[in-house]
Amino acid sequence: MNLLDIMTDPNTRWILLGTMFLGLSSGVIGSFAYLRKQSLLGDTLAHAALPGICIAFMLTGVKSTSFFLIGAALAGLAAVFLISVLTRYSKIKQDAALGIVLSSFFGFGIVMLTQIQQSEYGNQSGLDTFLFGQTASMVMSDVYMMMAVSFILIFTCTLFFKEFKLLSFDPGFAKGMGLPVVFLDYFIMMLIVAAVVIGIQAVGVVLMASLLITPAVSARYWTERLHIMVILSGIFGMLSGVSGTLISTSVNNLPTGPLIVLSATAWFFFSLLFAPKRGVLSSVWRRVSLKKNHSLEQERRKGRYTS
Amino acid sequence: MEQAALKVEDLTIAYHKKPVVEDVSFEVPEGNLIGIIGPNGAGKSTLIKGILELVPKLSGDITIKGATYKSMRKSIGYVPQRESVDWDFPTNALDVVMMGRYGHLGWLKRPGKSEKQKAMECLDKVGMAEYANRQISQLSGGQQQRIFLARALAQEADIYFMDEPFVGVDAATEKAIIQLLMDLKEKGKTVLVVHHDLSTVKEYFDWTMLLNKRLMKIGPTQEVFIPEYLQETYGGRLAILPDTKSGLLLK
Amino acid sequence: MNDFWIILVGALVAGSCSVLGCFLIVRKMTLIGDAISHSVLPGIVLAFLLTGTRDSVPMLVGAAALGLLTVFLIQLFQSSGVQADAAIGIVFTSLFAAGIVLVSLYTQQIDFDLEHVLYGEIAYTPWNTLTIGGIEAGPKAVWIVGSCFILNLILIFVFFKQFKLVSFDPALAAAMGIPVLLFHYVLMSLISMTTVASFDSVGSILVVGMLIIPAATAYLLSDRLSGMIKVSIVVGVLSSVIGYYSATILDASISGCMVGSAASLFCLAFLFSPTHGLVSRLLKRRKSKERYA
Ligand SMILES: Nc1ncnc2c1ncn2[C@@H]1O[C@H](COP(=O)(O)OP(=O)(O)OP(=O)(O)O)[C@@H](O)[C@H]1O
Ligand SMILES: [Mg+2]
Repeated sequence: MNLLDIMTDPNTRWILLGTMFLGLSSGVIGSFAYLRKQSLLGDTLAHAALPGICIAFMLTGVKSTSFFLIGAALAGLAAVFLISVLTRYSKIKQDAALGIVLSSFFGFGIVMLTQIQQSEYGNQSGLDTFLFGQTASMVMSDVYMMMAVSFILIFTCTLFFKEFKLLSFDPGFAKGMGLPVVFLDYFIMMLIVAAVVIGIQAVGVVLMASLLITPAVSARYWTERLHIMVILSGIFGMLSGVSGTLISTSVNNLPTGPLIVLSATAWFFFSLLFAPKRGVLSSVWRRVSLKKNHSLEQERRKGRYTS
Repeated sequence: MEQAALKVEDLTIAYHKKPVVEDVSFEVPEGNLIGIIGPNGAGKSTLIKGILELVPKLSGDITIKGATYKSMRKSIGYVPQRESVDWDFPTNALDVVMMGRYGHLGWLKRPGKSEKQKAMECLDKVGMAEYANRQISQLSGGQQQRIFLARALAQEADIYFMDEPFVGVDAATEKAIIQLLMDLKEKGKTVLVVHHDLSTVKEYFDWTMLLNKRLMKIGPTQEVFIPEYLQETYGGRLAILPDTKSGLLLK
Repeated sequence: MNDFWIILVGALVAGSCSVLGCFLIVRKMTLIGDAISHSVLPGIVLAFLLTGTRDSVPMLVGAAALGLLTVFLIQLFQSSGVQADAAIGIVFTSLFAAGIVLVSLYTQQIDFDLEHVLYGEIAYTPWNTLTIGGIEAGPKAVWIVGSCFILNLILIFVFFKQFKLVSFDPALAAAMGIPVLLFHYVLMSLISMTTVASFDSVGSILVVGMLIIPAATAYLLSDRLSGMIKVSIVVGVLSSVIGYYSATILDASISGCMVGSAASLFCLAFLFSPTHGLVSRLLKRRKSKERYA
């Protein structure tokens, strides 16, 4: 297929729109997660969705995307609550809390999954597509859903930009200023839950983390200003979504989710190497020239000294 | 002339673009207590880290008693700034002090009775013997600082680098610690201390180093610690009251 | 007999993981196990494509190589200024994505069960036995994971003081001349090796769970690193025993149940640990309030 065919194929157009919005919104919310040192929260929440999806299936007995999403969202909220309880009421650190919640939820999820497989519910296929994601199975209503959630995410981030900024930078100070820190904390995590839930269907549990982390880190290379970083991160996310989808439709048989992730990685490498100031090339160059200048100056001084 | 305890030549260190420590060269004689003075961000911690090879340097040679730094590692003691470690680490005070002995143990030997005894002695010297078995997160800030000091004592080094050992320490403890450092000095050891409280410099240190990116001055305290040089180091931001401080300074 | 083998493999995995997990907890790098267990996928696929067999040796080699690459890349990005957790996230998602793309590119040539590789089941281990010179020598997994366990124990025991100092105060360790980076890589290699060796037989979720949860439980129960390691091994072994029997009762995934038991034990410690438990701290506070009321 060439590009024109892709653009005119209605199904692909929908998918393209969906992944574009997904990349945009997870890039935006991901930059706050990065600054709050919660990059892997997305990974945890994606894994934590499994028991939620299983319970949704056990209760309703039907394979319906909307029920699954509701289940995943509720499980995500429970996970967020547990993470904050663990770090608040014990000396367990953030990273360990994420790991504990991730593996226990996923462990319980696997137990439920085997229960479902063995019981009269029968064919559970469709559940495991959630593990690896299946962009091709997205239908119009899924895309509408993604767009709606993305709009809400981006709108909220713009509205609460000031508060989120302060909270990510200095929670203690934010509290001193009278901001409802605990509430805002949960609020940001809830937004991440939302991004994860809409993302799982497209890229799957394991790769969801990437959409939240990689664009944000890439953006961080280019700027020291938060609002520029957020915008850039959204753009990187969007570009990854679009390029991943385009490549996967033009080459037969390649899954979209992993390609979106790999595009994001490509943007990351681009930033890592070429960003001014913080990029590898520029800092190597700076270090070399610094060393050269320095030794030149030393030579000069020594020369003066002896002459 | 007797051999210098520490000789630094042309030390330059940069993190990013600009060097934060530039062309620093000095020598300190053995058996001295030396205060390193300078404004925030002057590069005091960086200087120490550079000497200890904890950050890469652009240029510079370090010699300790005429030998290279690497061969003299065992005779160097280091007290980092207190925030540099995780105090929730599962370990107790005695154990932290025993870590000071690791450098002497070689690769395979495990700390045993004699190390434990040594560590207890050092804890006792800083007045922390009764807290030996206390989990380190349950110590106050000043007590944690004293544990670090005891660990440095346990290193039995010849030359010590201490980064702000008096932060968060009450006046009585500060006096006790300085007494300890004076004892070390009497035994011929050299101690370099990053210090912020200008009012006690004259009282504590034999030598003073004034640092602000470049080495402004180094030498015996009464020669170096005078308003003129201080103003230069602090960029004229220092308000020295004529009656109190300078009286003290020029005493 | 099969019960015994499964429990033994579970206990060995739990033991080898929790020893290493303690160091991950105190160094705040817990999720690195999760990362490694995912990012080895392209290594396994490549080994499979190159040799054309499902033999475990080439797969182990391929996976171990990727495990080290993961660690190296994480370290590289971190030293160029990326936060630790973000570096972990970028590396493992990229490698895993590359693995999936490889699988789908060669899907005609290979019959590759992605789910089995990632979520392998401990229940099948007793049937995959090792025969040496015609003599049945028990399940392969016991030998592989068992050697890992012993190697981990020996190295951690011999170099305990170095590992401890490097985790607690790397600056002092470096000033003393201990090769900090070397010990970092040794620890990370042990983790990749253990992860890779275990998950082929028991599935990645059990490995990840056992790297994190027993060590975290022990972190709440013990005030010394050496004690923490011992407690974590006990907790790990206990969870694999409890997990096995609850799995037979529930008729569910054994790996899942083992992780579930570990999680339940952690909850108990979180609530009732004598020193750090939530309930015991509340009780203590109430008591002292009463005394001064
Ligand atoms: N890891 C780092 N990366 C980049 N720059 C750094 C780093 N550490 C210190 N700097 C910079 O180097 C300079 C010197 O810092 P240093 O910590 O040595 O100062 P200091 O004299 O110890 O200050 P203080 O009295 O506040 O402890 C500062 O301008 C600081 O911004
Ligand atoms: Mg400092």
